Amino acid sequence: MDEALDRLGTTIKTALPASVIGYEVANGELAVNAKAADIVKVATFLRDDPACQFICIIDITAVDWPSRAQRFDVVYHLLSPRLNQRIRVKAVTDEVTPVPSLVEVFRGADWYERETFDLYGVLFSGHPDLRRILTDYGFEGHPLRKDFPLTGFVEVRYDDELKRVVYEKVRLAQEFRNFDFLSPWEGTDYVLPGDEKAK
Amino acid sequence: MAETAVRNFTINFGPQHPAAHGVLRLVLELDGEIVERVDPHIGLLHRGTEKLIEYKTYMQAVPYFDRLDYVAPMNQEHAFCLAAEKLLGVQLPKRGQLIRVLYSEIGRLLSHILNITTQALDVGALTPPVWGFEEREKLMGFYERASGARMHAAYFRVGGVHQDLPNKLIDDIWDFCDPYLKFVDDLHGLLTENRIFKQRMVDIGVVKLADAWARGFSGVMVRGSGAAWDLRKSQPYECYSELEFDIPVGKHGDSYDRYLIRMEEMCQSIRIMKQCVEKLRSPQGQGPISVVDNKIVPPKRAEMKRSMESLIHHFKLYTEGFHVPAGETYAAVEAPKGEFGVYLVADGSNKPYKCKIRAPGYAHLGAMDFMCRGHLLADVSCIMGTLDIVFGEIDR
Repeated sequence: MDEALDRLGTTIKTALPASVIGYEVANGELAVNAKAADIVKVATFLRDDPACQFICIIDITAVDWPSRAQRFDVVYHLLSPRLNQRIRVKAVTDEVTPVPSLVEVFRGADWYERETFDLYGVLFSGHPDLRRILTDYGFEGHPLRKDFPLTGFVEVRYDDELKRVVYEKVRLAQEFRNFDFLSPWEGTDYVLPGDEKAK
Repeated sequence: MAETAVRNFTINFGPQHPAAHGVLRLVLELDGEIVERVDPHIGLLHRGTEKLIEYKTYMQAVPYFDRLDYVAPMNQEHAFCLAAEKLLGVQLPKRGQLIRVLYSEIGRLLSHILNITTQALDVGALTPPVWGFEEREKLMGFYERASGARMHAAYFRVGGVHQDLPNKLIDDIWDFCDPYLKFVDDLHGLLTENRIFKQRMVDIGVVKLADAWARGFSGVMVRGSGAAWDLRKSQPYECYSELEFDIPVGKHGDSYDRYLIRMEEMCQSIRIMKQCVEKLRSPQGQGPISVVDNKIVPPKRAEMKRSMESLIHHFKLYTEGFHVPAGETYAAVEAPKGEFGVYLVADGSNKPYKCKIRAPGYAHLGAMDFMCRGHLLADVSCIMGTLDIVFGEIDR
């Protein structure tokens, strides 16, 4: 299984040396790192090449790594029913650089790109209709970014006096409690509260 | 007669419409009764599941999956458990696998009954839902007897299932199987050759296979268009490779073919369930129901009362949870509605760094505009039925 994936990765790398940065096989899955600007070229190759035939778009999403300069991994999952293989293509981008849209390659990319834009704020150039899809009408912010708080910023309720739904700043009786589970026995890289007194 | 300017009508369909299968708002542009454009507005049931999961331990994440496709809850948990188990590198014991397969197939029945009968309701037949819901009630009884909950089971856990099945329950599932085939026959009698039903279903919502793949369709939606593609056969997980069952495939890619496939899949699910029950009764089907490693699966409560070691494990697992080695993976199961996948990124801590849920209905509903163009307004509800959409999984 892994050798087949390795061969496939080499084929893709040699066919598109300028667009594909590298590949890796982990957990029995093939992941290809591609240049974001060339993503259409890579996807078209993967769809049309007889050795690949990844004709089914499974998923598009992003992963947020806020500490990096280019914080987003845009992750594409494709499926080849002929080879019975899956592939993961990853491209790197930031908040302002758009990634070319795959709508012309896979029609099904439409809603996945809208979702990725909605939840992460990744921009897609050439998308016919890049609107928000999952969040509320008039929503602000991108909720799946790591710097977006779990509780959000606004809450809604029906106001009986105004006879309409009103948006208010979120008020919590208690903050969401995010416990720290790093075990002190396995060594932490920070000072535990109270430790400074020992000195 | 003088020509008059004709303008298109734009109407709102839903979000409060019984045929919208939940909270779907469709903006339809109509030319007379012909649909020119469909713009589905989704997200009215968006609960931020993926965000919530990032803040919960792996065990606490499981119940969120019940609330996605709430018609077949355990199939969703299954995908998440498979993804986490892949990263942990654990393999389930036989009995655990059999129980999972058994309950996945019960979930398939639950979903297909609901889809077939409510689609019949959408096109004007009142009796099928009344008959079908009686059967669903029995299946939900099996859910309850295994997990304690009729719908939101949280029964599949990372590393196995929560509790063993009592023998009486296994016997009752066996007793359920054969009479159920009689019910499927009765349903055939009501619908399959029914003239009105066929007039509403045949040649409605035709999808060619190439379109189906390019739009990310899966499950019954690609099988209806002629692909013999089923993850249970092509990329088998658990013990599906040891079980005998057939994959029904359609020819025309229309709503009627998909209806027939769902009917046949129910019979095949019964076949799988019977094999599972037989194996669960046989000696090879005995043994533990989950991984015996107490670093992942908490010890039983009785043990916890007696042994200090178990008490510590129990406490640690229910507060801190287990840590999953860093890495990323994609695991998919053949859910009743299509390929349900989980893309999991772990950073070595006790919480998922990222958990993307790939719901089959999302891709299907994304093709609503493509499928409805040129059809009549009345066909919109038929197409919506054939897509088998449930908003819990689409909006997440």
